[in-house]
Amino acid sequence: MDIIRKLAYEELRADIPPFRPGDTVRVHVKIRETADKERIQVFEGVVISRKGSGISETFTVRKISYGVGVERIFPVNSPRIDKIELVEQGRHNRSKLYYLRGLRGKAMRHKIRRRTQQ
Amino acid sequence: MAGVKALLGKKVGMTQVFSEDGKRVPVTVLEVGPCVVLQKKTVDKEGYNALQLGFWPKSLKRVNKPIKGHLDKAGVDSGFRFIREVPVENPDDYSLGQVLTLEDIDVGQIVDIVGKSKGRGYQGVVKRHGFSRGPMGHGSKHHRAIGSAGMSAYPSKVIKGKRMPGRMGGAKITQKNSLVIDVRKQDNLLLVRGGVAGAMNQMVMVSFK
Repeated sequence: MDIIRKLAYEELRADIPPFRPGDTVRVHVKIRETADKERIQVFEGVVISRKGSGISETFTVRKISYGVGVERIFPVNSPRIDKIELVEQGRHNRSKLYYLRGLRGKAMRHKIRRRTQQ
Repeated sequence: MAGVKALLGKKVGMTQVFSEDGKRVPVTVLEVGPCVVLQKKTVDKEGYNALQLGFWPKSLKRVNKPIKGHLDKAGVDSGFRFIREVPVENPDDYSLGQVLTLEDIDVGQIVDIVGKSKGRGYQGVVKRHGFSRGPMGHGSKHHRAIGSAGMSAYPSKVIKGKRMPGRMGGAKITQKNSLVIDVRKQDNLLLVRGGVAGAMNQMVMVSFK
């Protein structure tokens, strides 16, 4: 088992800031358009889940784009992620915020806003 | 060491790595080698060309006397958990006691991996052969049974080779055309794409093309 862990440590990224479900993040994703052309796309939204551990850990970011809910799942240690910015810390009452999928607009904002700011 | 067609190793476990384009690749980690040549088998003497290799040292105290004598002949001062033969083109290129490692393996190479699947014990036809199950309710009494086996008046007997319940697993499984994702020569590690049959620490034989 130690060999597996050692292999995973080699690929773990130290530059990813700590964030939790409920936080709002900006994920800078590297997108390869052609073989030698690369650009960065920003995906901003609320982290609604973090699952897995070690090298296989992933997180789900949800945002409302033109009235449509969009979710993307990223591996936390993916080399395709340029950086992750923590925009706002949220209030976290549970580790999986799947119930936000049923909420819109203000109701959703109320749920993730930090209690201290109210 | 070109010419050896297989090496012995053990399964370490599974993990994932990121490929160059950022995709996640499931890999099985194998510890392959160092293997020690214990005996050379030649066409002249045994009728075929092969090398007997030992892998994963163990204390000589754990070795019984017949094997101890065999090891002494090869001039090796440790026992081995796994001793197997591998085919080779010309056994005379090797010497007894020579240590074989993963030197010639490259990333991107295709290998076959021979392992032994996990034993599942005595299993029914649903799990063992993928037969479909009957309804569990609504008055049905046909749940996971085999169903019809010998048909009616003709042929009125069970045809040979009929798939039936029995021991499942524990069989030799060859995983063909596994892609080598990474080779760590200093750690004797081989990372191949996808799964490999068997439990952790079980012996595998990696054969090259």
